[in-house]
Amino acid sequence: MLIGQQPKDFLLSVEGLTVSFDGFKAVNDLSFYVDENEIRVIIGPNGAGKTTVLDLICGKTRATSGSIHFRDRDLTKMRENEIVQAGVGRKFQTPSIYDDLTVFENLEISFPRGRSVLGALTFKRDAEVRERVHEVAEMIFLKDRLAMRADLLSHGQKQWLEIGMLLIQDPELLMLDEPVAGMSVSERVKTAELLHRIIEGRSVLVIEHDMKFVEDIAHKVTVLHQGQILSEGTMDKVKNDPKVIEVYLGH
Amino acid sequence: MIENTRFASRSELVGIAALALLLVVVLPLTLDVFRLNLVGKYLTYAFVALGLVLCWGYGGILSLGQGVFFGLGGYCMAMFLKLEASSPENTKIQSTPGIPDFMDWNQITELPLFWQPFHSLTFTIAAIILVPGVFAFIIGAAMFKRRVGGTYFAIITQAIAAILTILIVGQQGYTGGINGMTDLRTLKGWDIRPDHAKVVLYFVCVACLFGCIFVAQLIRHSKLGRILVAMRDKEDRVRFSGYSVANFKIFAFCVAAVFAAIGGAMFALQVGFMSPSFVGIVPSIEMVIYAAVGGRLSILGAVYGTLLVNFAKTSFSESFPELWLFGLGGLFIAVVLAFPNGVAGLWSDYVQPRLVRLVTPRKAGWSAPNAVAEGAPAE
Ligand SMILES: Nc1ncnc2c1ncn2[C@@H]1O[C@H](COP(=O)(O)OP(=O)(O)O)[C@@H](O)[C@H]1O
Ligand SMILES: [Mg+2]
Repeated sequence: MLIGQQPKDFLLSVEGLTVSFDGFKAVNDLSFYVDENEIRVIIGPNGAGKTTVLDLICGKTRATSGSIHFRDRDLTKMRENEIVQAGVGRKFQTPSIYDDLTVFENLEISFPRGRSVLGALTFKRDAEVRERVHEVAEMIFLKDRLAMRADLLSHGQKQWLEIGMLLIQDPELLMLDEPVAGMSVSERVKTAELLHRIIEGRSVLVIEHDMKFVEDIAHKVTVLHQGQILSEGTMDKVKNDPKVIEVYLGH
Repeated sequence: MIENTRFASRSELVGIAALALLLVVVLPLTLDVFRLNLVGKYLTYAFVALGLVLCWGYGGILSLGQGVFFGLGGYCMAMFLKLEASSPENTKIQSTPGIPDFMDWNQITELPLFWQPFHSLTFTIAAIILVPGVFAFIIGAAMFKRRVGGTYFAIITQAIAAILTILIVGQQGYTGGINGMTDLRTLKGWDIRPDHAKVVLYFVCVACLFGCIFVAQLIRHSKLGRILVAMRDKEDRVRFSGYSVANFKIFAFCVAAVFAAIGGAMFALQVGFMSPSFVGIVPSIEMVIYAAVGGRLSILGAVYGTLLVNFAKTSFSESFPELWLFGLGGLFIAVVLAFPNGVAGLWSDYVQPRLVRLVTPRKAGWSAPNAVAEGAPAE
């Protein structure tokens, strides 16, 4: 393992990460590094542990062993909200939004201000907030839906809303779990376009199955299999790796 | 489009004005002092229901031990009143004059240390807010930081209610035991027992209630109110929006506790005694039923729910005292199964739309954004 000299240069350094659910190691001694402004795609068959890796980074699941450094902070020792405040944002695999609130309120809650109890109590919906919400709503194709209750949105619109909620948080590291899954063809095209825009100027960790999309955006690809890295590198390298062809692309 | 005032929407302002009209004008003009005092007593429970709307309805934190805080507020107030009623002249027949009668009966010869500061009204008022507030904070911090929630939390609050009752009953030398603190007489020399005092206290109680309604409205319309709603069904997601869920739960729980305590203090003042029968498990559950009947998402509904159930209780238990508990249980089941939004839900689903159509035939959606946040049907 790399000790001391390395972590500084990377935005995210995952080292020796292991999590075991009742003895089953969903992620097993995993190490990888993400650069500033890098777009990394994680692929792998179902059950490979991709979602679990994101869960570990954002604090939803606690690691059994290993470390996750975001700049010089160890995320494994921080609470979920502290990790968010440090600049890590996460989109869940199934759209996870606040059903009882309007689209506007969903975005407003995600606006990074007034996150303490007192701050929330005295939070003012001022011009800055309104402008930002409208700006993001426009980007996520929901500017006509601001007053609508979020549970009345279509599946695709909910996905967009959640992307918008992330966007308004303005994280340095953006993690997306299958952002185009379950979308119609036209929604997919719009989402790809949207994602292209929001990944600029930050580091991104994406889980995706859509190979065309992956080829399109990935700087580097990590292939997971049974909680371990099977292969890592450029899309071309990974595609031609016999191990990968065998377990994943081969069928 | 998404403008809402900081405190209340138009339909809510109308609702608050209607409630004020009822409590400040209609009831005092139509009821005799005995009945008005009875309403005043019921209204003290409405403080608890109001707190439950915030903490349970909005925040999803079901506390089945709000009687604890009602009791703490009530006992703080009662301790002050009891000390004033136990002046050496009033108690000269006791073996130790100048201490509360129940202490004398229990062979206590000196006022206990923790009673001393309750000679001061300022201290007492501070204690009414702070004692339950701090206690709720400790419980909340211990539970919510460890992510104890839902049913477990409800059971623990029940246990606390039971423990506090046992403590109060057991320590009768310090608390008056099962009989509570009775024979409260004056507040700073002003007799609280005659009819005119009861009328004044009724209005003080109503004023405090509107104060709490105002605070509740402020919270509900702040971003904090929306975070509570968000937390109710997506607690985990709220953490990933960057908020400490535990802190928001602690806050809601503390506010509910303080509301309950103010209610308890107003109870002691208006009814002239305080006893452990308002602290335990049964009263705590009854208070949840008031909020449920009123509609757990409706701040004003809490007041109506409390009044309705208590009027029902009074008339019902006069004729069939032993059946009341079954009636109450049945009512609760009926509300939960058939009218999850209680009286307020019936109002906003059936009555209000008709009224609106009657008054303004073509002005649909007048309450859209706030009705939405309230959990009422969107259109
Ligand atoms: N909280 C959990 N408890 C037990 N097993 C889990 C848990 N989370 C994930 N798993 C298991 O870990 C494995 C990896 O799951 P996941 O990360 O969701 O895979 P992927 O996203 O790559 O499809 C699966 O076998 C899954 O059943
Ligand atoms: Mg997955």
